[in-house]
Amino acid sequence: MKGVRHYPGFLAMAVACLVILYAPLIVVTGYSFNGSTSITTWGGFSWRWYADVFTGPDAPRFKAAAWNSITIAILAATTATAIAVAASVAMIRGGRFKGKSATFALINLPLMVPEIVTAVATLIFFSAIGLTTGYMTILIAHITFCIPFAYLPIAARLQGIEETYEQAARDLYATRAQAFRLILLPLMMPGILSGFLLAFIISLDDFIITNFVKGAGMETLPTAIFGSVKQGIKPNIMAISTMMLAVSVLFVTLSYLVNRIGQRTRS
Amino acid sequence: MAGGMTPAPQGNGTGYRAIVGPLLIPTWVMIGIFLVLPVLLMAVYSFLTKEFRGGVVWDFTLAAYDQFFLNRGLFGDEPPVIEWTYITIFWRSIWQAALATLICLIVGFPTAWFIATRPARTRAVWLFLVTVPYWVNLLIRTVSLKFLIRENGPLNESLMALGLITDPLPLVNTNLAVQLGLFYSYLPFMVLPVYAAVERYNFALSEAAADLYASRWVTLREIVLPVVKPGIIAGCILVFVPSLGAFLAPDLLGGAKTFMIGSLIDEQFRGSQGNWPFGAAAAMILMTLVLIVLTVYARAQTKGDAR
Amino acid sequence: MKKLLTTATAFALLAGAAHAEGKLSVYHWFEYIPQELVDKFTAETGIEVTIDTYDSNESMLAALKAGKLGQYDVAVPADFMVKIMADEGMLDTFTPEEMPNHGNIAPQWMDVYFDTGRKSSIPYQWGGTSFSVNRDVYQGDISSLGIIFDPPPELQGKINVLDSQNEVLILGSLYLGIPQCTTDRDQLKALNDMLLNAKQHWASFGSDTSKDVLVSGDAAAGMIYNGFSAKARAEGANVEYSYPKEGHVLWMDNMVLLKDAPNRDNAIKFMNFLLEPENAAAVTNYAAYTSGVTGVEPFLDDAIKNSPENNPPADATPGVFAQACDAETQKLYDAIWTNLKK
Repeated sequence: MKGVRHYPGFLAMAVACLVILYAPLIVVTGYSFNGSTSITTWGGFSWRWYADVFTGPDAPRFKAAAWNSITIAILAATTATAIAVAASVAMIRGGRFKGKSATFALINLPLMVPEIVTAVATLIFFSAIGLTTGYMTILIAHITFCIPFAYLPIAARLQGIEETYEQAARDLYATRAQAFRLILLPLMMPGILSGFLLAFIISLDDFIITNFVKGAGMETLPTAIFGSVKQGIKPNIMAISTMMLAVSVLFVTLSYLVNRIGQRTRS
Repeated sequence: MAGGMTPAPQGNGTGYRAIVGPLLIPTWVMIGIFLVLPVLLMAVYSFLTKEFRGGVVWDFTLAAYDQFFLNRGLFGDEPPVIEWTYITIFWRSIWQAALATLICLIVGFPTAWFIATRPARTRAVWLFLVTVPYWVNLLIRTVSLKFLIRENGPLNESLMALGLITDPLPLVNTNLAVQLGLFYSYLPFMVLPVYAAVERYNFALSEAAADLYASRWVTLREIVLPVVKPGIIAGCILVFVPSLGAFLAPDLLGGAKTFMIGSLIDEQFRGSQGNWPFGAAAAMILMTLVLIVLTVYARAQTKGDAR
Repeated sequence: MKKLLTTATAFALLAGAAHAEGKLSVYHWFEYIPQELVDKFTAETGIEVTIDTYDSNESMLAALKAGKLGQYDVAVPADFMVKIMADEGMLDTFTPEEMPNHGNIAPQWMDVYFDTGRKSSIPYQWGGTSFSVNRDVYQGDISSLGIIFDPPPELQGKINVLDSQNEVLILGSLYLGIPQCTTDRDQLKALNDMLLNAKQHWASFGSDTSKDVLVSGDAAAGMIYNGFSAKARAEGANVEYSYPKEGHVLWMDNMVLLKDAPNRDNAIKFMNFLLEPENAAAVTNYAAYTSGVTGVEPFLDDAIKNSPENNPPADATPGVFAQACDAETQKLYDAIWTNLKK
């Protein structure tokens, strides 16, 4: 039994894979606690760069950027999730209809077009219609490319929910809206949460598109970090990176738990 | 319809069929207006004229594509010959993206296989560990890699402390660093889809092969790979496509000298060139390449399904 | 679709309207103003300042021409670029009466060719551009631009070059001894060939990184601004700034009032604030160049005032300012730069 599953060297490769993936992150996390101003010498364990992020000379810039990043991610993920819920209900519960495969292609389009192309096209579009780049343009762009990321987990979940529950509700004279709100929505919830989390992290992560469509004086965390590292990797950047790393770990854990609950409710 | 005793026809018993249009309008509007329309507009821009010192003039011309493919000498008055610069940049980007995909596969497949063959509890831990980097900001991961491989960075110092090298390896600002960056950036994109495919693999097939005295590696090649191929192809696409248009890895790890497609396009819009039509043309060519790859993939997919 | 667009535009306008209250939008070079000074301005006036940065005169011009004009209040172009922007109609004007500190402008910087009588701009800082060499790596003679354009073996492959068209092309022209804004094809071809040949010895193009690569050791020599080199030295790099015998580039950066500035009044206040000797000196102490404002001397750090970067040796070849070439000639230089960068 074990024999056919075992291949010599695969364990080593898996360990190597983890080492490669984690080495840079662990090194940066370690150096973020470096008490020295120089990134090359070790000056003892210290929280000073974390304090610097919140109170140092760059603090207002990073605070504004973090605020922009988080509000945009929440707004974009919420809107994209709502759009994706509607779309997935139509695509999976709507039967056959004209333009279904075209719609499917359209939903997946943001995943197919290379990010730099989306960035260029969006910049040209906003500039052509004379829309001043700023918070609004970033938000619009983020909603657009978050739709497929929200859609995929939601649609996958909906596909696993049998229609009999809603049909039973409709047979008992529930309206379409009631059946949706009381039956389908709660059943879809794990998928919706996964979709929201994925869209949120994708929006929070985005650099290329944001960098093209951000306006005067607008920064998100990635663009602010990019601006800083162009002039060298400073210790406070490592502290910010470590904090963002912690947020990512939190989100993976959250989405993992959501999935587990989802599996439990499904069986 | 509601309250009827006969089972409703599939996909129509829940009453959503009537409102498919309204449900899909937000999707059509958002992606249609803010992605499809912009891409079409970008195609138009690639045929416009660059205004001296930046900006565009609405005069239609092939100048951007001419600049991409033809060299007319420094002053533009020599007979045209083929311009290899941009073709080389594209070729190098394709080559680097392909190599990154291959290395990701070499590392990612055994990892995915190994994880999928763990008992449920340890598998969850492994899966968690490979998922975390997938969710970590790409910019932060690239910056971390740059910090690690710096001339006086931890990697070089460790290697020197171990006595493996005497002088620090100059990695930053080389093609090798860009290659490493692409591989590192997109490795999780390979592991997860391959894992999903291996997880569904029926190991009874391998056992049957073993009963027929097939060696492990023959089984892997003849039985396993054909079955998990869709996962591998999906992983390859997920690595290859973003690698091709990558901007962060070449920009942060390669210095501004080793151009890839992404940095070439970026330079036209945000750098000193200010040549929007040329940038739009390069983006069009990149998108065409990606669409070709995806079409070939879709064809292979439907052919596979038919079989 | 139309409704959505209108709504989006309305939102953008709302955001724009909110922007006009007590704000100032600055388009500035990287690492060119101390945060403390900006905070001081905010404390004095209540005006909130946002700063975006650029890394060359050319990229600033391209960004403004591509739709950013109307989003920023002030920018900081060098002399020749002020002239170009004025000719393109991208600048607004003010009167000396609007700016009480207008009289603090040093006389030598008042009637400049690019803005006679200073109606659109105020002097920010002036300095020079040549190159610096890490003396731990190379101890030889560094009095020639050949260090960059025909480097000795020790420096080959370890050179950073500014990502700035005008400075690279002028230094190259000085090295070859050809005039600026030439239309002589043989001279332009020679410049093009020399640069292409030199490029094989260069490790990277970068302006905002030009200090960091010297400090971190990623580059052993690099084209750099004099003040930026002084900062590299202050950060521990053993670098020497050269005043090459062929000459070097001189520049005067100016804060200009942009056309369609969303916060024109605040922009004037900010420019007036920067003409205060104490504040101008704060910029100099931070950026390590030289101010164009009278009365700054009492506020200057000695280390900046007496730095070797700011005080060329008596026998140094004088620097030259960039010339704004006419459009046809400029297109030839643009072609050389595009050719070099590709």
